[in-house]
Amino acid sequence: MYRQMVLARAIDRRMWVLNRQGKAPFVISGQGHEAAQVGAAAALRPGVDWLVPYYRDLAFCIAMGMTALDFMYSVYARRDDPNSGGRQMPSHFGLKRARILSASSPVATQIIHAAGIAYASKVRGLDEVAVTCIGEGGTSKGDWHEGLNFAGVHKLPFICIVQDNDYAISVPHRLQMGVDSVARRADGYGVAGEAVDGGEILAVYEVMKRAVERARSGGGATLIAAKVARFTSHSSDDDQRRYRPQEELESLLRRDPIERFRTLLLDEGLLNEAEDERLQQEATAEVDAAVRTAEAAESPDPGDFTTRVLA
Amino acid sequence: MAVTTLIEGVRQALDEEMARDERVWVLGEDVGRKGGVFLATEGLYAKYGEARVLDTPLAESCIVGVAIGSAINGLVPVAEIQFADFIHPAFDQIVSEAARMRYRSNGDFTCPIVIRAPWGGGVHGGLYHSQSVEAFYAHVPGLKVVMPSTPEDAKGLLKSAIRDPDPVMFFEHKKTYRLIKGEIPEGDYTTPIGPAAIRREGAKLSCFAWGLMMHYCLEAAEAVAGDGIDVEVVDLRTLRPLDTKTIVESVKKTGKAMVVHEDNLTGGFGAEISAVIAEHAFEHLDGPVLRVCAPDVPAMPFNKPQEDAFLPNPARIADAMRRLAAY
Repeated sequence: MYRQMVLARAIDRRMWVLNRQGKAPFVISGQGHEAAQVGAAAALRPGVDWLVPYYRDLAFCIAMGMTALDFMYSVYARRDDPNSGGRQMPSHFGLKRARILSASSPVATQIIHAAGIAYASKVRGLDEVAVTCIGEGGTSKGDWHEGLNFAGVHKLPFICIVQDNDYAISVPHRLQMGVDSVARRADGYGVAGEAVDGGEILAVYEVMKRAVERARSGGGATLIAAKVARFTSHSSDDDQRRYRPQEELESLLRRDPIERFRTLLLDEGLLNEAEDERLQQEATAEVDAAVRTAEAAESPDPGDFTTRVLA
Repeated sequence: MAVTTLIEGVRQALDEEMARDERVWVLGEDVGRKGGVFLATEGLYAKYGEARVLDTPLAESCIVGVAIGSAINGLVPVAEIQFADFIHPAFDQIVSEAARMRYRSNGDFTCPIVIRAPWGGGVHGGLYHSQSVEAFYAHVPGLKVVMPSTPEDAKGLLKSAIRDPDPVMFFEHKKTYRLIKGEIPEGDYTTPIGPAAIRREGAKLSCFAWGLMMHYCLEAAEAVAGDGIDVEVVDLRTLRPLDTKTIVESVKKTGKAMVVHEDNLTGGFGAEISAVIAEHAFEHLDGPVLRVCAPDVPAMPFNKPQEDAFLPNPARIADAMRRLAAY
């Protein structure tokens, strides 16, 4: 789990460098969300359970089986990008072999897809769980409501993880909803609700494990609200210094979920400094190699964009 | 061959496809015990059970989004939107999601879903139970848009739609449901999505239409036949993909073209057909391409005389035919 977080962070940081170098026209980040995502993924079976992601789910995707190279192909919009063959902006994840459903840019549409996947799972007698993620801003949309309602009606093997980082681009939580945690809405949908500190990976894992057991045993859907920190601006086209106070941005750094997990592992003697150093170096080397390969890789044929519109 | 109504063709297609393939399921508002507000799904609930004939919450985006998700996970959904007028909340799911799933995943994920919706007016439906929505969806690559006008086609095209690997919008004109009767072939058959059908051969002018208007065009063609105006009536059946070949060949033969639809004039699908004719058959034309459509008002009034004034009818269409033939 720690390794996955470290790798995701290394990829994420590198894509910002590539953006500043003019090699990546657009990037959007998951820095600060890693514990919520990796902790949740640890309770799932990659390739069996479904992830219906949103654009900050880089660490989630890594934990479900996406490689640094898979992702870097998308940053460079290369032909072999398994997310979309270079058609979509980066972080519009999709990876068939890992059952990560292709994501779009409109917010909250994916929630209903996860409900539909879960309905099919139930009807077909499968034990596949459908997990979908969204920011707290997305919970204001009608599709979020419609998806949660359907999941509640049918007690589906469905889990919605709201990664609440307090900002929808620049709009703060207090202007997004009238409750402190969106988990309080769970009762209204007939689903289980859990509020968790999304910076604490083991707490997330515990909550997610319960949710997955509930889903597989026919106990129905779960809404998890995970408080997380958004370290970066919304995207490479945003500057959060324009709307977030300096002291708030500084305090974010004390909420680094990777640092928290590292400290725990060191304190418990499960990791030592040398091993940590080695893990960091391996992650950097993997990202280096992925960037080299992706940069040198082929673009799709220019005329290819007219294909695969229909069967 | 048995004579049945158009809606019975729809019902038979659903029943037979559900019997043939256990992945096929139906979802929508009131499709279960009630059998749909028009009874298109009558009897299916009793036969196939709630899991496969599901009454959904009253939420159109949910209906389409759940259909998409279920298709991703191995089912073949046929979603019913109770009236085409209420499909708009699902526009994002249809256009941003269903239509682009294959494209945006570079072919890895697909969306074999059917969305059925009754459309059209002339049934005292007022502003919100009478609309034509085909132009919105015919504009969207990644969708197919099917508009049957006969019982045989309703059944055969719906079967094709259910077996199609891509999302299909299937619009059934509600006034034709019981008004239009016709023979339906015995046994399993499909009607291919794409080709238009020439319902009446003629040499003097070509008339393109779909749904109820196609039948009005046939009536009008009979009315003007006595004046020596020999009209060819082409039932387009599918707007996307559009059978441009049949359209262009017909215009080359007759030299005159008109389009009739009950959607309002501006930006209606008649504009696209006119453009196709202008591009590909310009030198064969010896008159303007006429459009007989509803006026540019927001929607159809409930008041009967006003409803009649809104909708093209056989008399108005016949007048236009005479006007065009005079060129």
